[in-house]
Amino acid sequence: MIDFQGVSKAYDGVLAIDRLDLHIAKGELVVLIGPSGSGKSTALKLINRMLDHDSGRILFEGREIYSFDVRDLRRRMGYAIQSVGLFPHWTVERNIATVPHLLGWPAARIADRVTELLTLFHLEPALYRQRYPHQLSGGQQQRIGVARALAADPAVLLMDEPFGALDPVTRAALQLELKRIHQSFGKTIVLVTHDIDEALLLADKIVLLDQGRVVQIGTPLALLAQPASEFVPDFFGRADLGIKLLSLKPVAALVRPGPAAPGSPSVINSATLREAVASLAAHCVAVLNVVDAHNTVLGSLHAADVFAPERHG
Amino acid sequence: MPQQPVLALCSALCLWAALALPLVRVAPNRLLSGQPVYLADLLPHGGWLTLALLPVLTMLALVAWPWLRARSRQPPPLRQAVDPPPWLTPLLLLTMSLTLAGLLWLAGGHASLIAQTESRLARTSLGAGFWSLLALIWLMCQDALSHSQRSDAWRAALLALVAAPSMVMIWLGCGDDLSIMKEYANRSDAFWQALLRHLQIVSVATLPSVLLGLPLAWGCSRSGALQRLLFPLLNIIQTIPSIALFGLFMAPLAWAATRYPALAQAGISGVGMAPAVLALLLYSLLPIVRSALAGLQQVPAAATTAARAMGLSGWQIFYQIEVPLALPVLLPGLRTAVVQTIGLAAVTALVGAGGLGALMFDGLFSAANELVLLGVLPIVLLAMLADALFKGLTALAGHGTASAAANGAVR
Repeated sequence: MIDFQGVSKAYDGVLAIDRLDLHIAKGELVVLIGPSGSGKSTALKLINRMLDHDSGRILFEGREIYSFDVRDLRRRMGYAIQSVGLFPHWTVERNIATVPHLLGWPAARIADRVTELLTLFHLEPALYRQRYPHQLSGGQQQRIGVARALAADPAVLLMDEPFGALDPVTRAALQLELKRIHQSFGKTIVLVTHDIDEALLLADKIVLLDQGRVVQIGTPLALLAQPASEFVPDFFGRADLGIKLLSLKPVAALVRPGPAAPGSPSVINSATLREAVASLAAHCVAVLNVVDAHNTVLGSLHAADVFAPERHG
Repeated sequence: MPQQPVLALCSALCLWAALALPLVRVAPNRLLSGQPVYLADLLPHGGWLTLALLPVLTMLALVAWPWLRARSRQPPPLRQAVDPPPWLTPLLLLTMSLTLAGLLWLAGGHASLIAQTESRLARTSLGAGFWSLLALIWLMCQDALSHSQRSDAWRAALLALVAAPSMVMIWLGCGDDLSIMKEYANRSDAFWQALLRHLQIVSVATLPSVLLGLPLAWGCSRSGALQRLLFPLLNIIQTIPSIALFGLFMAPLAWAATRYPALAQAGISGVGMAPAVLALLLYSLLPIVRSALAGLQQVPAAATTAARAMGLSGWQIFYQIEVPLALPVLLPGLRTAVVQTIGLAAVTALVGAGGLGALMFDGLFSAANELVLLGVLPIVLLAMLADALFKGLTALAGHGTASAAANGAVR
């Protein structure tokens, strides 16, 4: 879908991106992460030509991005930013319809699409479509921002720290919504963040950058379990590496089928092992009952299994 | 200490103007200044005097009302503000409206009497008393409305309503025998032509100024160098006296018209519209560019970034995002420019551009005061109308945007 081939970009002679090679496959959710000044945001902006690179090539759907008309290229890529950037003089509906409007969709199709997107983000269409951005909370604004980016069903969604300005509760809710949308539509998403937990939660593939260079590309598990250099555990935090690894696996993976253990607290099977361990510690028990979304008991989770050495294999 | 200081002072001044200043002046012809006729002279007998002074006494009573009420309480509150009663503003506006109509009726009636009884050349003109009372009434209405929480457009509508009975009376011919209306009757064709010409000068100067000012402001918002170059230049232009600026353009335009006959055929010459419009255009450029730049600068950067990233072209970003968001700041600047141009357009009569200024100068040079007024009054009215119009537009433009929300929060 997107290929960086030896791409470099300098600001005033200082390299922000240094010979970056990166392949982003269709349907992948790729997270670019790294410390400040690592070039993660710059790399994202090169994709839709908000910035121009100095050397190398970037391919979009197999074609060099400079062979597209720049506006056409941008209309095929959704873009969501931390400051949202909703147009304050337009209603929610008109904001979401920005790109479909530019593409000349008929009014009825635009209206249907707005309804569909508002419903997708759990915002009652009748209630919200005629509102103005200043009448929305921060979380609602960012939902509209992402809905606007998705409006014309773009091939790629580019997100630059989209949840960075939100409070922790709203951020967690939106992260889950994004994960759900990615899983149900299989959209290719490139997301920039400096939030390690966000990266571990969302990414199919993490690209860890430092000073404009790739340190490691891999799954969250690979980055935690097989770091390519000392920088990787330094960045992800050595002290709670074990806890972070637990957050990558669901409870479902370690369930022992069987009847409910009387008196044990329960945990939902879609929770991560990290949450399960927190519950074990909080209740001072060694066994949890595992239930599904309908509260049916599926079996039990034993602390011994969580800490068994073969789990990391 | 009265609770309504403006109202109290104006009421007292009204009393003085009604008694001590002539309501009208009667002269044997249009060039002489005439004998003063006072309000008291126009009322048949003394009993009517009380009636005429009733509005003023009402005002004084209204002023005294909170004070009396405060006095009647035990113990009296110390310097505590007493809210004006809710009926004060409507009652005041109604009284003012009827007083104005009454004064006009008295003056117009006397003019008709003079026209029937004395020579055809005799003139009855409105005197210092009338104009002072008009100004005081206008002040009192403004003051009363300034206490209300309503929008600018609502206030303008109420002011128009106050003037409505007098306007209807003029339309019905009540003031036809007043000198100023005779001047109008003698030159009604010239008057309407001058008015149209005035509007033409204003629009021909303002429209290009907007069309030029917006791109210049856009350029300044992108380039600090242009801003540093342009603003000193515009500021210097603003300091040149208008007559000097007209003069500066006369010679080059006259030269251009002789050098390029096509220009002369297009109606461009050293005198007339061309130098006038050019000078007015340059004058209005400063308020327009300054407010447009301020407007563009307060457009959230995130909005323009998002617009660019979604594939809007530079032009689409400008007219769909930047201009609408700049309007609440841009329009007050445009208001200043238009009001200023309406006033300055009067001076353009000196370089032969015509307009209401031509009537005014005709009157000045022939010492016919009423003719001066016939030119000046519409200019004042036009300026007030333009002011109200742009205030309404500004309120509309701010509606539904973040700035409206911010204003709402402040209130």
